[in-house]
Amino acid sequence: MKKGLKRLLSKEQLAARAAREVGDGMCVNLGFGIPSLVAEYLAGRDVLLHTENGIIGMGPMAKKSGGDPDIINATKQPVTIVPGGAIVSQSDSFMIIRGGHLDMTFLGAFQVSEKGDLANWKVPGEDTIPGMGGAMDLAVGAKRIIVTMTHTDKDGAPKILKECTFPLTGRRCVSLIVTDLAVIRITPEGLVIEETAPGFTAAEIQQATGAKLKISPSLKEIAV
Amino acid sequence: MDKTVKSSDEAVRDVMDGAVIMSAGFGLCGIPENLIRALVRKGVKDLTLIGNNLGSTDSGDGEIYGIGLLAGNGQIKKFIGSFPGPIAKLPWFRELYRTKKIELEIIPQGTLNERIRCAGAGLGGFFTPAGVGTPIEAGKEKRTFKGREYILEMPLRADFALVKAHKGDRSGNLIYRYSARNYNPVMAPAADVTIAEVEKLCETGSFDPDSVHTPGIFVTRIVKGEKYEKRT
Repeated sequence: MKKGLKRLLSKEQLAARAAREVGDGMCVNLGFGIPSLVAEYLAGRDVLLHTENGIIGMGPMAKKSGGDPDIINATKQPVTIVPGGAIVSQSDSFMIIRGGHLDMTFLGAFQVSEKGDLANWKVPGEDTIPGMGGAMDLAVGAKRIIVTMTHTDKDGAPKILKECTFPLTGRRCVSLIVTDLAVIRITPEGLVIEETAPGFTAAEIQQATGAKLKISPSLKEIAV
Repeated sequence: MDKTVKSSDEAVRDVMDGAVIMSAGFGLCGIPENLIRALVRKGVKDLTLIGNNLGSTDSGDGEIYGIGLLAGNGQIKKFIGSFPGPIAKLPWFRELYRTKKIELEIIPQGTLNERIRCAGAGLGGFFTPAGVGTPIEAGKEKRTFKGREYILEMPLRADFALVKAHKGDRSGNLIYRYSARNYNPVMAPAADVTIAEVEKLCETGSFDPDSVHTPGIFVTRIVKGEKYEKRT
């Protein structure tokens, strides 16, 4: 591998890499934070975006002045609906999620374990009143769950661990982790590093990870 | 049958202290804002409130909108929902929670709406995989079907359901608009008394039956909302 300048992926570059996992014709749900940026890189693609509050075929954000208060996304922002879109009730929206009709979801995370356990709703000891919203349903229902997050927390501690220490959102549900440092696949044999951020070695990424990484024979740099 | 009442105040006339109330909407979209304001005026207390989230706050100024008005007015003893939202960050709400003046039951969104649907559909409960292996499964019966674990969740019913539609006819047939549909059709069948407020009140017979989202049989009373802010 070429040893270029070391560069963590920006949030936008991370979202762009994650968006490459989406296939044509898929129905996809995007979580809060970095996952919501994935939409930017799906523009013009034959992809239907599902929102928990009941839109299938969410379009771009509404213009500030022209937003319709009856058309919002799961983050409660005014959005648009694409031609061919549909509106469903809460029951049908979660039938789509739990019933296996959602091809893929991108979620943020506090922690992911090497077995694919996901923790993304509650930080123990923190003085907050959390809510999981639709995350636990997405964790059990979407056909493929991709976590997009920073590789380490704000203090530099690993977020990819042998076991999660935070309360779980779902067990053994994550299949791929895309971070600002690496693309890591979760397999029955453990974590496999597939791609690295520009200039980083697998050994450096192992240092920032709280579980053992296997190295893919086709290891490459993330194309940014 | 003409189910119309003249005002939001009249529509909530029999809501009593201690009532269990479902209030539809997601964020501030599709909420029964006039009925909520009528309950604030009425001042009924010790309410158990079922809803997705506890209303919302305006960006920055801390002013409350939606069902959070009832919490701000000290009328709620328990909230069952999936995402408390920005109100849960406000100091006065945290104080209510810390001093146990308000109880919270926070559950997965899909479990919340299916529990409500179950009540309206006359079912005794359902098994869901959502929450297995998480703190949500505590104290719940677990079963394995075809090799996968599920937890038993029970129906959630209310004394009163407050719903909001774009249009309604005098018989209570309702038509929603875009994502303001959300919990409205799910909650309408799940209460002893269902009160619908609408932006446009129409004559019975003016709707194409194919276009009705919630049939009037689920609606006890219907009122034309006095004023719509429709904030986002």
